[in-house]
Amino acid sequence: MSHLRLEKLNKRYSEHAQVIKSLDLQVNSGEFIVIVGPSGCGKSTLLRMIAGLEDISAGSMYIDGTYVNDDTPSERGIGMVFQSYALYPHMSVYQNMAFGLELAGKSKEEIDAKVQNSARILQLEPLLQRRPKDLSGGQRQRVAIGRAIAREPKLFLFDEPLSNLDAALRVQMRMEIANLHKRLGSTIIYVTHDQVEAMTLADRIVVLNKGNIEQVGTPLELYDHPANEFVAQFIGSPKMNLIPASLVQAGDTESVVRLDNGKQLVLPISTPRHAEGQSVNLGIRPEHILWGNVQESQYQANVMFVEHMGNETYLYLDNGNASEPWVVRNAERSVISAGQTVGVQLPVEHCYLFDGDGNAFQRLSSTQNKH
Amino acid sequence: MKLTRRQRHITHQTLIYAAAALVSVICVFPFYNAILTSLRTGQELFLTNYLPTSFHWENYVNALMVNGIARSLLNSFIVASVTVGICLLVSITAAFALARIKFKGRKYILFTILCVSMFPQVAVLSGMFELVRFLGLYDSLGALILSYTTFSLPFTVWVLTTFMKSLPVELEEAAIVDGAGLWVIISRIFAPIMGPSLVTTGLLAFIGAWNEFMFALTFIISNEQRTVPVAIGMLQGASQFELPWGNIMAASVVVTLPIIVMVLIFQKRIVSGLTSGAVKG
Amino acid sequence: MNHHSESLPSKGSSSKANLQSEVIPQKKKRSLQQRRSRAAWILIAPALILLASVAGWPLLRTLFYSFTDAALDTPDVYNMVGFDNYLSWVDGESFGVLADPLWWKAVLNTLWFTGISVSFELFFGMLLAMLMNQKFRGQGLVRAAILVPWAIPTIVTAKMWGWMFHDQYGVINDLLTRVGIIHEPLAWIAEADLSMWAVVFADVWKTVPFMALMLLAALQMISADLYEAARVDGATAWQRFTRITLPLIMPAMIVALIFRVMDALRVFDLIYVLTSNSEATISISGYAREQMVSYQQMGSGSAASVLVFMMVAGIAACFLYIGRMNDEGKENK
Repeated sequence: MSHLRLEKLNKRYSEHAQVIKSLDLQVNSGEFIVIVGPSGCGKSTLLRMIAGLEDISAGSMYIDGTYVNDDTPSERGIGMVFQSYALYPHMSVYQNMAFGLELAGKSKEEIDAKVQNSARILQLEPLLQRRPKDLSGGQRQRVAIGRAIAREPKLFLFDEPLSNLDAALRVQMRMEIANLHKRLGSTIIYVTHDQVEAMTLADRIVVLNKGNIEQVGTPLELYDHPANEFVAQFIGSPKMNLIPASLVQAGDTESVVRLDNGKQLVLPISTPRHAEGQSVNLGIRPEHILWGNVQESQYQANVMFVEHMGNETYLYLDNGNASEPWVVRNAERSVISAGQTVGVQLPVEHCYLFDGDGNAFQRLSSTQNKH
Repeated sequence: MKLTRRQRHITHQTLIYAAAALVSVICVFPFYNAILTSLRTGQELFLTNYLPTSFHWENYVNALMVNGIARSLLNSFIVASVTVGICLLVSITAAFALARIKFKGRKYILFTILCVSMFPQVAVLSGMFELVRFLGLYDSLGALILSYTTFSLPFTVWVLTTFMKSLPVELEEAAIVDGAGLWVIISRIFAPIMGPSLVTTGLLAFIGAWNEFMFALTFIISNEQRTVPVAIGMLQGASQFELPWGNIMAASVVVTLPIIVMVLIFQKRIVSGLTSGAVKG
Repeated sequence: MNHHSESLPSKGSSSKANLQSEVIPQKKKRSLQQRRSRAAWILIAPALILLASVAGWPLLRTLFYSFTDAALDTPDVYNMVGFDNYLSWVDGESFGVLADPLWWKAVLNTLWFTGISVSFELFFGMLLAMLMNQKFRGQGLVRAAILVPWAIPTIVTAKMWGWMFHDQYGVINDLLTRVGIIHEPLAWIAEADLSMWAVVFADVWKTVPFMALMLLAALQMISADLYEAARVDGATAWQRFTRITLPLIMPAMIVALIFRVMDALRVFDLIYVLTSNSEATISISGYAREQMVSYQQMGSGSAASVLVFMMVAGIAACFLYIGRMNDEGKENK
């Protein structure tokens, strides 16, 4: 039985403002699920609906098999970590963590035991008597987490917890959260707009866009087999390049596409007969594009600018669309400079094909990343 | 002739200091004058002098003992404290609902409260008079406590609502996730955090009630129940034409000093309370 | 850990295998929003009930009494007289509040007082706020000093200024004579033309600090960067004031203005104590109360009170209307 089940979940603020559209999701016990998407996609709203802080307009939610649409957050047995931590400013760290337990009517001994335990896990013991205003950002973060785990809920909700931290602290806290999950084994639902956090923390990622689920899968599945252009470009940085082309010959094992410059490619991708003649997009990730000799290449392009990162180089190629140049990543330093013309090769085993609606055609090559 | 940068700066600074000095003098002088006057008696009153010439304390003794200012201070204190106490208690829950819960009719209620605070006092005078008599409160402090609620309550609700709006939503949500019901949220989370705001609001409302004149004049007849403003307003001398300015000034100073001290101590809070209501409202 | 991989978007219905183990409770509880809305009404009920009984009810009773001829010492004995208290004609002569020349003088006094005093308060308040916005040593002392007029009870203000305006021993006359502006002491309180000015001075003195604090708060919200950018662009001090400061503090200024006008229209205490409600200075509130208490006329006093209420409400409505028209005008642009 699943731990959390969402069925045709719907959230509407008014006639025209439908934020979540008929969403289905199953989360298993102990899973670390990351809900990721651009701002405004509804991920925070979804999390708050799971928490019970927002009403569900239509659809059903089940926790451990029980229908919980109208239950209060504490009745649902959840713990939540807020983006701004939301610590009670007039209470000490100890009191912050004890508050929920007090309200539940636990005995003093039990409260003390649980708070001390959480404090130990998060290394908060020396800070127990301090007030939130005397703590650093990272410490407040940990207190917020400590408050959530003190009540030993079965379902943890994290609402963009790392977005208020600086980069170095973010990396450290990411590891701590991953460790926490391993240690406690609880089910975690984590919302973020940062795909790096999603890729590194999640057992499964839910990609949300405009209230709809675009795809659900493990991080590598999403990376290697994106279901549509949105997921393909959202996961992976820099994002996947999309090259307009047309499908000249469809087939079950092979398809032929023609690029704008006339060159044709034979891709190991299965396309249906009726798609023949349509405009398609060819997708290829920056790290898969090869460059070299102008004569042997499928494409020639001008280099707009070069970014030297020290360990790798990014080339931005002029493809006629200045706002979305192609990006090529090379894992070495490069001597190419801006203004030069380079030849570009697109290895067919790393190509993706997307139809007019943005959905992916099925690829037949192996899933391994050969770079 | 164009002034150098430094010369412009000096003239600028001089003007500022001169203006600041002028403003301070204008603001403080009337009270200073009152203090001077209160320390003089007899013929000295009729000479205008800008520096202290004598220190006769009889006026103060007179004011407190004979003219009943001491008693009126007590009355004013009781009335203002009880009124403000009741209003704050009732306002906290109302302000929470108005500030943090979206419910149908909220805008109308806020508008109504704003309107009530704009009532001219005289408009409720005869109705209140009837009510006071009906409840048997005429010529008692109870009449004032009742009638002062008319303007104190809208004020406290309005200011507290503004303060409550500024508290972050996530704080409330964290409490809900912890299992807190509305009453727990109000009493154990919001009220403690709002402590300073409650003090400020209470202070401002207290000053408003302390200063009230029309109701105090109309509903209280006997000397023992008089509040401070009326007591000051009614000060008279032995004959019909003689006004004991020394006494009057002494009484004025006595009733004003506590308030000035309080206001100076709580300056920052008071200023922020006054401005938040208007600028954000 | 379970790996339940789905490579395609899971928009279809989920598996039905688990249905028999899921529990749906019998009755539907109220939703979060419904619960909170209900609670809101309970929370606000005490305040509303209290307000209705001490503000709403007396107002209605005043309205009621305005249609009667009750006397203050015997409010139970009355006849209904319709609009007679407001305006009536008997034998060719008109009676009632609206026919009383003193009422109209009071209206004139009040409007004059409001207009002049609020204008002064706005002007001096603005100057004072700009002064307070500068950085100089002793700023704290000045801020404390300007709170003094605000803190002093109105009655005391009236008495203090009454003393200062005293024709023989008052410092105002003394100062003016010493400086040479006047050669004979002026009868500030007694003389009809001057007494209104005395009231205005006292009120302005008391209220400018409050205005200044409101405007200062608004001024402080303007970031210094804007002024610096304007200076770089070559704007003079006057231009910076009219093109940056004024437009940005306009909203706060208007709010403060509306509040002050409402307060000024309701003036009573200052005039009653400083000039004893003399004919030259009596305000509409003063008139109404005089009718009720001095003349014991509960009926016509109530009528006057209702008229005062309508005047204040009417002017407030004008403000609202202008405000809404302004908003619509902005939207249409």
